[in-house]
Amino acid sequence: MSDLLANAAPIVAVKDGPAFLPRKVTLRARLGQHRWLYLLLAPGVVYFVLFRFAPMWDAQIAFKDYVPFLGIGGSPWVGLRNFTDFFANPDFFRLLFNTLILAALSLLIAFPLTIIMALLLNEVRLQIYKRTVQTLVYVPHFLSWTIVASLSYLLLALDVGPLFHLINAVLGTKIDFLADPNWFRPIIVAQMIWKNTGWGTVIFLAALASVDQEQYEAAIIDGAGRLQRMWHITLPNIRGVTMVLLILQIGQILNTGFEQIYLMTNALNRQVADVFDTYVYFVGITQGAYSYSTAVGLFKAVVGVVLIFGANWLAKRFNQAGLF
Amino acid sequence: MSSRYNSNAGRVFDVFNVILLGVVGLLALLPFLFVIGGSFATEAELTRRSFFLWPDQFSLASYAAVFATPTFLRSLAVTIGVTAVGTVIQLAITVCMAYPLARRALPGRNLMLSLIVFAMVFSAGLIPTFLMVKNLGLLNSWWALILPAAVNPFSLIIIKNFFQELPIELEEAAMIDGASELRVLWSILLPLSKPVLATFALFYAVGIWNDFMSPLLYLTDSAKWTLQMFLRQVTVATNVAVTNADSSYIPPAQGIKFAVVVVATVPILMFYPFLQKHFAKGILIGSVKG
Repeated sequence: MSDLLANAAPIVAVKDGPAFLPRKVTLRARLGQHRWLYLLLAPGVVYFVLFRFAPMWDAQIAFKDYVPFLGIGGSPWVGLRNFTDFFANPDFFRLLFNTLILAALSLLIAFPLTIIMALLLNEVRLQIYKRTVQTLVYVPHFLSWTIVASLSYLLLALDVGPLFHLINAVLGTKIDFLADPNWFRPIIVAQMIWKNTGWGTVIFLAALASVDQEQYEAAIIDGAGRLQRMWHITLPNIRGVTMVLLILQIGQILNTGFEQIYLMTNALNRQVADVFDTYVYFVGITQGAYSYSTAVGLFKAVVGVVLIFGANWLAKRFNQAGLF
Repeated sequence: MSSRYNSNAGRVFDVFNVILLGVVGLLALLPFLFVIGGSFATEAELTRRSFFLWPDQFSLASYAAVFATPTFLRSLAVTIGVTAVGTVIQLAITVCMAYPLARRALPGRNLMLSLIVFAMVFSAGLIPTFLMVKNLGLLNSWWALILPAAVNPFSLIIIKNFFQELPIELEEAAMIDGASELRVLWSILLPLSKPVLATFALFYAVGIWNDFMSPLLYLTDSAKWTLQMFLRQVTVATNVAVTNADSSYIPPAQGIKFAVVVVATVPILMFYPFLQKHFAKGILIGSVKG
């Protein structure tokens, strides 16, 4: 706050002229001075209060038995009952397991594929070819999950989809991909890869573009082969970016993404499809258990904060660039 | 660079790499080509052939049927309207907020920035936000698709940083000439920030256009649905696995599904060259610490 006062002086001086600069500017005068700025701020502040901070206050219903008629303030407190109910519910471990499996698959398959794709693109020397491939693989990123789900349904549908027919022709078995719980996770991961891998390379390619080319030239003179250069020069150069993205991903472990999962969930695959995000929707919005589902959401949010700070702390411990 | 071609193994790798990337690029595109091909086929051909990219018999029947569906036309109009209005409102609120926050001397600025960062890391969750929208009387209103996402904190911080890096002398000079704060923002900063604003306008526009969760949560009246809701209704909700095979229910023709997917994709593809350029810029300026 001290630098704030120091910085305030020149602007005051410009507005009022140095000759009239009072020795001590009162807070009131300073607020009045900036009234136009506060006016500009107002809509944004109203937004943050209404849609970001008031809901945080309203999240107290996680510790209450919320009855809409009584309102948020008037509903009776129940302590941690909603939380203990949730942890005692067999749903909890099922949700945790389903969520963690999807997060692990994304981290272990989709994330490395992004790095590999970036490395391969980086090795293409014909710029126009590289740019064409990039243009093609970026497209899916901009499409909604509804379109991704629609495409999946059209490709996989029982008795209709071309992939259904392909598998049927090759293996001789009719697989109902969309209803079979065993196929839920592979489909989700395939969708993630199709939608995000290409676009995910952007940030790695940017990091690779800034690598000092002299490092490669020196390595070539020393007789390093292609793989050695990739291993000893390219990979160390994207370590910082990789760490930052990993921290962000770890903070997001419980955020499976509502839309994708919801669109692929149906009555037959609920057992493996349910994750925290969709559970909150089903229990809270469609069944009206507001307090209980708020508790689930709050648990998820708190774990997310702990994870992101934890991952950041770990990254710093291992001498890597952290996020904060 | 020719020194990189220093071995046979290197050349083999190059050839392999170029082929692999070509295959990956085509695989990314294949689902579209399939859907576009199918959308121009007759219903009979769609039943007869399971996979084709080029129909034997060219037909516009599916498109004619789609564009003759009032619910489709309405959802398309709703989506275009909400995206246009929403983008302007969201960008305006964000820019108006970013400008004062770019002033280091503004009392309360640091507190506000900390709170915004806090809101970025911690969110109250789905239900309290839903209850807020409900209590504000916004259920079944298109405002519910715009206002709860009015300011993206990441975009706000990036725009703020951008304003902060513009030379302060420009603003000071204008103020000495008697320009008000509003005038400085409108006549000096905004013209300088056009590329950045275009980037974030596109972020917001794509966000609203593609949004499925908000209409699902807030629009229970199907007469108000957006294109994404309509699309899901036609392609996903009609699948046997989802509807549990209600015998009285007649699913839409296969061709309709293909045509709806194409129509929902085309607007994004039309803007794709801009999207690609601006989104890449957006995440790259966003990834610079500051």
